[in-house]
Amino acid sequence: MRKWLALAFLILLGFFLAKITSAFPFGVESWGVSKHYVDKGIEENRGSNLVTSIVVNYRGFDTLGEVTVLFLAATALAFLLATCRCRRRYERWEASLIVKAASETLYPLLILFGAYIFIHGHLTPGGGFQGGTVIASAVMLMLLAHFTFHPNHKALSTLEGLAGMSFVLIGFAGLIWGGSFLANNIIPLGQWNRLFSAGVIPLIYVAVGFKVGFELSGLITDMMKTIKEE
Amino acid sequence: MAFFVASILLILIGLYAVLVKRNIMKIVIGLSLMDTGVNVLIISLGFIRGRTAPIVNVKDLLVNTSSKVVDPLPQALVLTAIVIGVAVTAVALSIVMLMYSKKNTLEIDEYKELKW
Repeated sequence: MRKWLALAFLILLGFFLAKITSAFPFGVESWGVSKHYVDKGIEENRGSNLVTSIVVNYRGFDTLGEVTVLFLAATALAFLLATCRCRRRYERWEASLIVKAASETLYPLLILFGAYIFIHGHLTPGGGFQGGTVIASAVMLMLLAHFTFHPNHKALSTLEGLAGMSFVLIGFAGLIWGGSFLANNIIPLGQWNRLFSAGVIPLIYVAVGFKVGFELSGLITDMMKTIKEE
Repeated sequence: MAFFVASILLILIGLYAVLVKRNIMKIVIGLSLMDTGVNVLIISLGFIRGRTAPIVNVKDLLVNTSSKVVDPLPQALVLTAIVIGVAVTAVALSIVMLMYSKKNTLEIDEYKELKW
């Protein structure tokens, strides 16, 4: 009964969604404000990756809010799991030598790759969030392969706080010397398509990369370490 | 057009899982699917036929950029949405862990206190 009701509701909803989206133009030009971002982006920010230019500069305030939401989620998760009396109900056995050796080899390489992604966020696809996630995946790999791997939780949260704070401080530096919050004219913009270019955008993305990396690492550690052995 | 249909299907499949499935993990998977569907929809709104990615790394793209690349704004918005989706999934999973530690089951029907 419930299933059929749900199906009828979904068919109705699908019909309306199809009706609405059929009015959208697909695959044709429909520029709004982003025409300015695309045409003037290189001139104003010198960042090759226009998506990064939007995320960090034109909508940098939005990204600050997003980082805050991520922080809030990590806090909520830690709060929820602190009251959890989670116990493991099955035996967990040691990973094989191949898994252990491979994860130890991959761990530094993955961290290096994550750092590469967020350092080149203004030049190539990728950026702080993506690089941070790759770093967190390295930590997760180690946690899955080794019982004894304990990331230092205090250090993780301290570094994460510092990274988040540097984002806000760069924003305030823009407010003091550049005229507006997160303004991109406090340091020289440099040349187009070079590593040291795009003003504060790479600095902010490195901060975001560290913050997301440490945040998600702490989050995964929280989830895995609250489960007590029986 | 196929992108719109695919995204609507993803949203509906996710909503179906949320409405009908009894296993809490499957409900969380449904939430995640809905998230992906919305992201696909927003991305495909910025698509322009025959254009390249909005990354200006060759000289050719420097002049008259807006006639050569797709709209980067939806991509930037989806970048935000993906991260928030991860946060939502993480909190949802931690709630599932908490619920499982209380009652030892993932069946949503066992949690009668949640009904009203």
